[in-house]
Amino acid sequence: MTSYEYWVDPFVQFSFMRRALVACLALSLGCGPVGVLLMLRRMSLMGDALSHAILPGVAIAFLLAGFSLPAMTLGGFVAGLLVAVLAGTLSRLTLLQEDASFAAFQLVSLAAGVLIVSTKGGNVDLLHMLFGSVLAVDDQALLLAASIASLSLVALALLYRPLIIDSFDPGYLGSQRGAKALWQTLFLALVAMDLVAGFHTLGAMMAVGIMMLPAIAARFWARDVWSLMAVAVLIALLAGFIGLVLSFHYNLPSGPAIILTAGFFYLLSLSFGPLGVVRARFGTVGHHRKG
Amino acid sequence: MNPVIRLDNLTLGYERHPAIHHLSGQIERGSLTAVVGPNGAGKSTLLKGIKGLLPPLEGEIYLEGIGHGDLSLLPQQTELEANFPISVWDAVLIGHWRRVGAWGGVSRTHRQQAQLALESVGLGGFAHRVVSTLSGGQRQRMLFARILVEDAPVILLDEPFAAIDDRTVADLLVLISNWHQQGRTVVAVLHDLEQVRRHFPTTLLLARRALAWGATAQVLTADHWEQARSMSEAWDNDAPLCQSENP
Repeated sequence: MTSYEYWVDPFVQFSFMRRALVACLALSLGCGPVGVLLMLRRMSLMGDALSHAILPGVAIAFLLAGFSLPAMTLGGFVAGLLVAVLAGTLSRLTLLQEDASFAAFQLVSLAAGVLIVSTKGGNVDLLHMLFGSVLAVDDQALLLAASIASLSLVALALLYRPLIIDSFDPGYLGSQRGAKALWQTLFLALVAMDLVAGFHTLGAMMAVGIMMLPAIAARFWARDVWSLMAVAVLIALLAGFIGLVLSFHYNLPSGPAIILTAGFFYLLSLSFGPLGVVRARFGTVGHHRKG
Repeated sequence: MNPVIRLDNLTLGYERHPAIHHLSGQIERGSLTAVVGPNGAGKSTLLKGIKGLLPPLEGEIYLEGIGHGDLSLLPQQTELEANFPISVWDAVLIGHWRRVGAWGGVSRTHRQQAQLALESVGLGGFAHRVVSTLSGGQRQRMLFARILVEDAPVILLDEPFAAIDDRTVADLLVLISNWHQQGRTVVAVLHDLEQVRRHFPTTLLLARRALAWGATAQVLTADHWEQARSMSEAWDNDAPLCQSENP
């Protein structure tokens, strides 16, 4: 088998592979930059929590409307938004830190989501919701993923400056009650939206992987925010491509294959990236003369 | 008497436990005030309250003829995310936030002001450095540059010289006295009483309430200081609710 046959042929021959690849492109563009901001704001685990929090929304929509893409998308988004706002509000009103509220909501949401799906659907439905099915992406789902990615990029551009300022100097934009809370909530809404986009292809458990792993891996390559985002998108895209090819040839579940590939990139970056362990500990870096 | 900030029976604190008790007084326009007091006296809390970051539990803070945007606050260094990947240049340009907001463009004039500010704090060649590579003193110079860019009439400095090298302290004191000469109002939380005596005409001695507030020489007496240290009690969960104890 030539490398062309190995890497390119699956996409030439099968339209479901092409769709899956385009879906991965959309996800990479939407999730990569948002993941970088989550990481820099020390909210890496909140993405995880939020991705579980969308499950009951999706499940209720599934219960009411059956396997309807728009309904499930809306349900997931509303649930994610609700949890984001609730967690933020609770952390301001009580002595609980935001991450504690998120942890509580995440556990309750996951249990509730699984319970609701099980009352109506079978194990296949549940598996789809938890782990997605990127190879079964139809035109409608593809259009949705692309729209959300586009919207997400535009929204991020609009929120970029306040988010950067707030991440660097959390007191700068004012009090927790005013404008600062607004930016924070808008950002979490953006995260929820991107997770819902990832949900259909990668599932509730895996969607956050394409958001966080490339972002964390990028930290070992780049030194400022926009280049971190660019590297994250690139890694996410490569992970999607390689993961799909591997899952095609070796008959692996595609979602986990993509996330594991991203995980491999993380290990690679951690070890050999310019800011990684090997360079930092064993590199002969040298230094400039004074001046 | 021409106050720019008036405090009326102000109580500030967390979880109904006041860090500052029934504080009344005023900060004169164009004054240069040091806020001193023992640990836990409520000094930083006061600055946060004035800036509007902390809502009063009781009483009022009146800003006379200025808005919250006209207050520059130098945060304590520990409140910054020091490892955030941002360049010195961008960190200083943040000072234009009040003028450009989330979507406004940064003009050539804005950039010139930022460059000038960097040069005035001695960081002329540092624009492209990443903030995490700066020393504590350099980072403080950078934050002073941001305040220069903000160009606000009232400047609040929260422990500007904590863990900062002597040379930087001397340079930054020059900036502060320039601000004073330009007619800006400066309030700084400080620890070094000798420094306060030399450079700050007005002093507020705070120990949860104002023990003394006025000309520095009259405030910083051994008596007052002894009193301040005994006032600063520990957090008491069972403290009785305050029965308005105004004279």
